[in-house]
Amino acid sequence: MAEHVRIKAIYPPGHVRAPYYLRGKTGVIERDLGNFANPEQLAYRHKADPKPLYRVRFTMAEVWGDNAENPADTIDAEVYDHWLERV
Amino acid sequence: MPHDHHDHDNLSPSGHPFRPDNDEPLTYWQTMEIALREILVEKGHLAQADITAQIDAMDARNPSHGAAVVARAWVDPDFKAQLLADASTASRDMGFDIGPMHLVAVANTDTIHNLIVCTLCSCYPRNLLGLPPDWYKTRAYRSRAVSEPRAVLREFGLNLPDTTTLRVHDSTADMRYIVLPARPAGTDDLSQGELAELVTRDSMIGVGLPRQP
Amino acid sequence: MSDTDGRRWHDMGGMPAGPIPMEGHDFALWEKRVDALMVLCGNKGFLSVDGLRRALEDMGEDTFEKYSYYERWIASINQNLIEAGLYTLEELGTRMAEVQARGPTYGEANNG
Repeated sequence: MAEHVRIKAIYPPGHVRAPYYLRGKTGVIERDLGNFANPEQLAYRHKADPKPLYRVRFTMAEVWGDNAENPADTIDAEVYDHWLERV
Repeated sequence: MPHDHHDHDNLSPSGHPFRPDNDEPLTYWQTMEIALREILVEKGHLAQADITAQIDAMDARNPSHGAAVVARAWVDPDFKAQLLADASTASRDMGFDIGPMHLVAVANTDTIHNLIVCTLCSCYPRNLLGLPPDWYKTRAYRSRAVSEPRAVLREFGLNLPDTTTLRVHDSTADMRYIVLPARPAGTDDLSQGELAELVTRDSMIGVGLPRQP
Repeated sequence: MSDTDGRRWHDMGGMPAGPIPMEGHDFALWEKRVDALMVLCGNKGFLSVDGLRRALEDMGEDTFEKYSYYERWIASINQNLIEAGLYTLEELGTRMAEVQARGPTYGEANNG
């Protein structure tokens, strides 16, 4: 059973690794990558908490709507758990 | 010794033109590099020998390492399974020093083609393939590879059929990606070494296909 | 008045852009040294790749257009090492002046 997740549509300034073009978009978890040190803390020389990281797969149709070259093509991106909402 | 900057047939081993180096006017940033490096060495934070060794280690990494991994996966189904399950371990088992890199291999098939990009910066499987080509780091590639990847592939001379599913991989965090291209037809008689010769850097990024024998 | 949608310049996936420039270059020695300094300083814990990226992003889009890849990297490495307290700006500035006085080319200035 594919788990559906949405990238949070929030827009803080500073160093984050959730790309703008995927914010608010819904995809499915392709694989669980385990825990990685939170780059949003590492970037500022802070002690970093381990954060679960997932590969999330989006369809071009979901990301680009009618502008998609081929709606069934996909984009996979790595997204930290704290940027995901279960849907 | 000045290089001949105008001889375009005179390419470096990496296939790029030689570029001006020591014989050009010193820039602010080069001055900073020298000064910063000297200070780090004098304060005992780094050893000059470590810097030289790191340059040598990086120079030794090149696309032929990835090509060897791909060719083995073409001839050895068990290794292919291991590569797709854990490409870091599979690469290390072949003797390649990839450092702490977390590598994911994604396989092209008759119906799937994979393409690698990093839209946020320039993440690349550098510890296996060496440093990325300049185009990989450009605004044009980083911007367009996710929104019009088929048009990008056409610029590289690759026309993907509509029946092929394109999977774009944006290296947004801790993983690095390598495409395992499909083995070309008509290569049944080739040795593993001969197969590796067919594997191009671009085919492992996904903007190209392996050479035909 | 001006406003922003919160998108930062480096976060460029999906933005309109022109044809892919295919020309490449072989890396100069000084660029390889910058690359090596980044890796070694990372291994030693003086900086993180995330800190490197953060400083690059904070330099802004003009820097991306104006300076080359490794020019931006050495600027970012320096920013991170200053923040880490490995040396002071006065030490760096003094040494840069010494380096510059050695000669007009990289090769001559490097032979201190």
